[in-house]
Amino acid sequence: MSVDLKLVEAKQMIAPPSQSFSMWVWIRKNLFNNWYNMLLTLLAGSLLVYISYATLTWVFTEAQWAVIGDNYKLFMVGQYPILALWRIWSALTMMTFMFGISAGTFKGTMLRLCYILSTIYLVHIIAPFTENTSKIWLTAQLVMLVISYFIGSKIPYAKRFNIVGWVISIPIILFFIHGFGILPVIRTNVWNGLMLTLMLAAVAIILSFPIGVLLALGRTSKLSVIKYFCIGYIELIRGIPLITILFMAQILFPLFLPTGLTIDNLLRVMLGATFFTAAYMAENVRGGLQSIPNGQYEAAKTIGLNPVQTTAFVILPQALRAIIPTIVGQSISMFKDTSLVAIVGLVDLLGIAQSVKSNPEFLGRHMEVYVFIAFVYWVIAYSMSYSSRRIEKSLGVGER
Amino acid sequence: MRESKVSTPFWRDNRILPVLFQIGFAILVVLFFGYLISNAINGLNRLGINFGFQFLRRTASFNIAESLIDYQPTDTYARAMIVGVLNTLRIAVIGIILTTVLGVSVGIARLSNNWLVRKLSGLYIEVFRNTPLLVQIFIWYFAVILPLPQVQDSYSMGDFYFNNRGIAIPWFTANSHTFIWVIISIIGLVSAVIVWKYQLNKQLKLGTKRFPTLWAITTLIISFILAWLVTQSGPVHISRPELGNFNFSGGLRLSAEFLAILAGLVIYTATYIAEIVRAGIQSVNKGQTEAAQAIGLKSSTMMRLVILPQAVRIIIPPITSQYLNLTKNSSLAIAVGYQELVGVGNTSLNQSGHAIEIILIMIVVYLTLSLITSLFMNIFNKKTQLVER
Repeated sequence: MSVDLKLVEAKQMIAPPSQSFSMWVWIRKNLFNNWYNMLLTLLAGSLLVYISYATLTWVFTEAQWAVIGDNYKLFMVGQYPILALWRIWSALTMMTFMFGISAGTFKGTMLRLCYILSTIYLVHIIAPFTENTSKIWLTAQLVMLVISYFIGSKIPYAKRFNIVGWVISIPIILFFIHGFGILPVIRTNVWNGLMLTLMLAAVAIILSFPIGVLLALGRTSKLSVIKYFCIGYIELIRGIPLITILFMAQILFPLFLPTGLTIDNLLRVMLGATFFTAAYMAENVRGGLQSIPNGQYEAAKTIGLNPVQTTAFVILPQALRAIIPTIVGQSISMFKDTSLVAIVGLVDLLGIAQSVKSNPEFLGRHMEVYVFIAFVYWVIAYSMSYSSRRIEKSLGVGER
Repeated sequence: MRESKVSTPFWRDNRILPVLFQIGFAILVVLFFGYLISNAINGLNRLGINFGFQFLRRTASFNIAESLIDYQPTDTYARAMIVGVLNTLRIAVIGIILTTVLGVSVGIARLSNNWLVRKLSGLYIEVFRNTPLLVQIFIWYFAVILPLPQVQDSYSMGDFYFNNRGIAIPWFTANSHTFIWVIISIIGLVSAVIVWKYQLNKQLKLGTKRFPTLWAITTLIISFILAWLVTQSGPVHISRPELGNFNFSGGLRLSAEFLAILAGLVIYTATYIAEIVRAGIQSVNKGQTEAAQAIGLKSSTMMRLVILPQAVRIIIPPITSQYLNLTKNSSLAIAVGYQELVGVGNTSLNQSGHAIEIILIMIVVYLTLSLITSLFMNIFNKKTQLVER
């Protein structure tokens, strides 16, 4: 009998009284619950209305967007020869293919990124200023994305295939863009626009990662010479602005090379950006290393691993997993910082904007040009931070 | 167990190996840098430039538009560099103050129980955090400030004037009585604090209301009245901007370049500070809030005495690095032509050809600034941490 009573009680506890929920109650609770919130709501509301009204009227009536449509090719790839554009399209197809494969294998965040990518492609297909050849290529990208998605979800050894695929795709993309003598070489001074921005960011992030890991290991090492070398390097680089490093890469670096040896302008800037990011990457990795409890080292020692094995197979995999969101954050800030190369004379997305707005045909169209490139940067940076938040959630890093 | 007579060969000895490895590493590093430096010395010799800092005494012969100290093109490179450092400091100090105010307000607004305020501050953060700072600075400079009208037909709001050379606003100028005013106000402030503490102590001991804040404010007001009686005048004059033939005179005039870089830095860095403040406040254990509510604290008292002291400990280290970022990012001013350290350095470098020396100076100055900032923040950090235990 008593058992029954408990059951009844439990049932009552499971089903709480249904709350009457209405729009009005929500508004009262969230916007007008006391006098100063009422004031705040009115202030914030009028600010919001004013901003959206001003923005919308500007975007749809005052702004002359012809400057964007007419120069679209410049913004994307700069002065890259039109006859060789198929090479960039091929490189892009390679990238789309790998995105699709990864989406098919990992689903989740990669799949979301592919949605964003296909939305971007779709918008460009619909856009009135896109040329017909570009539309065909863009449609091919979409088809490629779908095909590779299905390949990615079916292939055996998918993870290994992904890693190998991404590693191989980098030289292939570079081959298409540069030519390496097999295709006619296209000099780096016409690698402009968004393409250059993305390339700089990718190179700096990918190359800085191994250097950063080495520096972090060096900084936590017990060998004092190496430790202080790494500390010195990291703190020196972190103490000075990126623009100084870029000036060093442009002006000082040639001085330090033996006579007769010259290094390409773009390559020097890439090296500068890489060594700059490496110092920050090292600090991130060090954070990950410090989060590993001492027991892990002791356990590895007990089963007879030597220090190198301990680091490679026990410590680093855990440390790196814990700092994936931080690394993405670092990548976002590197991506935004690539805009600084416009100051030292490279023509990235911002550099192209500078030259487009000084074209007498589009005099005074500053706002349109800058708002457009700001939007492009924003879409990419926001997608990255969005995926970082998703990864953070799925790793459960925040909760631990 | 038999004592082994065979000694470990040195290439497997755990005591010798690390030492050898480190010596090898040190030799490699020294050789590498030696090689680079010898290349540089050879290269410079061929160009006919001698390494050294003597060039700093030569005449700079370029103009700097804004300077906190007196500067003419006939002054030396050294003085030009000092002007640059001062301009960097000016932007950094003003920027840090403004960005803290904006960032903390937005960070608290992110946690407001008002839905609209929460979403609006979130929108601000997402928009300005995910676009490059340099693009924002260019937008402020080329797309907002430069299209403003000429000086002659400035927009005006009362005594505030906006034109494509910047803004001119009314400002205070010291008069002959300012010194006396400052002294009396400081005395008033100190005695106000003493009175406040005394009354607060009494209130705690006797358990009756003694209105310590009211007492303190009254003391302060009395000191102001006293100052006014002594000097028979206000503390400062207010100077209004007047339109002359070419530009405004009087008041406070801020150049377009300075405004652009300041607006960019403040608005960009504040998004980071807002997120840090939000995370810091959220990281305070919920039990603390509940305990504070349980002993009957008002929400403002709870914030001031329970939440903030604990949040500050978490907030300070990341906020320090944001201050450093702001100081370093002020070097982007070169893009709009505000002459701070990197701008002056770049001009001097192009004129004199002493690239290595000038970049060394820049590095030393930035490292010193970083060091000073971290020092101050570490002292502050120690203070706040003592509060807890």
